[in-house]
Amino acid sequence: MAIIEIKNIAKTFGTYEALKDINLTVEDQEFMVLLGASGCGKTTLLRIIAGLESPTQGEVWIGDRRIDHLPARERGISMVFQNYAIFPHMTVAENIGFGLKMSKIPADELKRRVEKNAELMHIEHLLKRYSGELSGGQRQRVAVARALAMEPDVILMDEPLSNLDALLRLEMRAELKGVLQQSNTTAIYVTHDQVEAMSLADRVSVMNAGEIVQADKPMELYRNPATQFVASFIGSPPMNFLIASNTSNGFWVIENETLSGPSIAEQSILLAIRPEDVRLSDSGLPAVVRLVEPLGPHLLVTTDVGSNQFRAILDSDSQIQEGQKIFLKPNVERIRWFHPETYRAVF
Amino acid sequence: MWNQAKKLPYLLIAPSAAFLMIFFLYPFASVITQAFEHSSTDGYSLTNFQEVFSHWKFSISLENTLLLTAAVVPIQLALALLMATMVNSMRKGRDLILYIWTIPLGISDLAAGIIWLVIFEQTGFLNSLMLNLGLIERPVALLTYQNPMMIFVAIALAEIWRATAIMLVILVAGIGLIPREYYEAASVFRASKWQQFIRITLPLLKPSLQTALILRVILAFEVFAVVAALGGTLFPVLMGETYIYQFDLLNSGAAAAIALVILGLSIAFTLIVLRILKVPKGVTM
Repeated sequence: MAIIEIKNIAKTFGTYEALKDINLTVEDQEFMVLLGASGCGKTTLLRIIAGLESPTQGEVWIGDRRIDHLPARERGISMVFQNYAIFPHMTVAENIGFGLKMSKIPADELKRRVEKNAELMHIEHLLKRYSGELSGGQRQRVAVARALAMEPDVILMDEPLSNLDALLRLEMRAELKGVLQQSNTTAIYVTHDQVEAMSLADRVSVMNAGEIVQADKPMELYRNPATQFVASFIGSPPMNFLIASNTSNGFWVIENETLSGPSIAEQSILLAIRPEDVRLSDSGLPAVVRLVEPLGPHLLVTTDVGSNQFRAILDSDSQIQEGQKIFLKPNVERIRWFHPETYRAVF
Repeated sequence: MWNQAKKLPYLLIAPSAAFLMIFFLYPFASVITQAFEHSSTDGYSLTNFQEVFSHWKFSISLENTLLLTAAVVPIQLALALLMATMVNSMRKGRDLILYIWTIPLGISDLAAGIIWLVIFEQTGFLNSLMLNLGLIERPVALLTYQNPMMIFVAIALAEIWRATAIMLVILVAGIGLIPREYYEAASVFRASKWQQFIRITLPLLKPSLQTALILRVILAFEVFAVVAALGGTLFPVLMGETYIYQFDLLNSGAAAAIALVILGLSIAFTLIVLRILKVPKGVTM
């Protein structure tokens, strides 16, 4: 059982707070993605779990073992590094077998595991090559095979796909997901790519400025972002934000369109609507079309609602021209509401 | 037609190339001719070499040179590796320590020999220390012909003190080039610090080790002033014999022959070092 528990972890570099009181539990065999922009602290958190960085405070537990004071080699984890860190003076086989050799695994078992994992990652024909003779994608495969060969309880991955080109990234993403599902390991995966996060994760922890803003299932993040930050970070194109003003209890008005929402005693409220959650209508939010982008299955329409930019994804057979005035009817159930000052979701 | 831009590199290289031609290749060629010319024979012959090899001091000086190299270089290599690793794990004051450690490099080898002579001679620091500690009753002559081991140790110590830093600076630069990620990967994949040193540092340091070892071995074969200061005639080495032939015996043919022997040794050991520390084909560091 490899439940990872992160308790009150904080890390400061000088006066800079890279991580502020992080608490997170990753369930056994769960695939957890840490998602955030660069500098949000996600890699620092991963390195603290790996033992490559020591926390300023807090504890890290794997199962019933507290590991934050142990050196990296005693933590029973495996890791895939961003730049792969394939040892250049060792062959692919030696790289995959490195950890096993260090753990004094008998030679025949070592050979079996190297071959098995090379096969799993489709690099069995490269075993005698050096890293300098491999392409980026092949190195990536070696790095994953090396991590899997340890048969670890926990595998950590630091932006493992970020150095691959787009097509290869897509291919490796699918492959990684399959391989890790079969391996029964608990995985923590760091990325700044929300599509990667959504497609791989059982759960995603969105991080911002050294804090975990929301940790939830991908669709839950998408549908019910806990803060305005998550709402703006997840989804491409991002959510539309508009400010509505209070009319009466639970009713909010924006550009003459009245919407029913939460009852809070504020003058105004921030509401967020996904581009795909509006439809063309005879009434609704008045919008002036600025740009029409046909994307095949649908149209991406950029409009102005009042003075705010508003994007809508509409049916590809909608007859819309730039400069046209249209009405967009939001799907009220899909609207998310945020407090105008705390930016937290209100219901 | 060459344009200006293509000519420029050659123009810039020309002075140094000419300088080396005049002051290195020409004397080198003339040493070779001298070594194979002898007044007793016409044309070229091996007479100088026969004369040198048959002299009783040759085998002793060859032996001494090789022994000294064999004793000094491995110790220097180990020390330089240790010091380089230590200095690389320092966060602060790294440069200061490096400057202090490399001070002996700034001192001429004769001066270095004299510094250690001041320690080891009969009225030297070592004697007064032992005297004050009551270990001896009167000053003893340490560097005499009855005490060849002592002379050897003194020379070896002086050489280690003087010339370890040349290896150190090369290795410090080499270790600094090894990406930290390799060590991180090694530590995650269960390697201890010692295993990291053996499995990561040493193999990735091969190019620097090659340079450091070749440079140091060649310098060790050319050892002269330190030996002259501490051992005088009691510890003959090849370079000293070259000097004696040239300036005391005025036999430049024989001197040239020994010089070529030293050159031969240097080339042979360079090839051996290159062979042992060969980087396998396909490895790009």
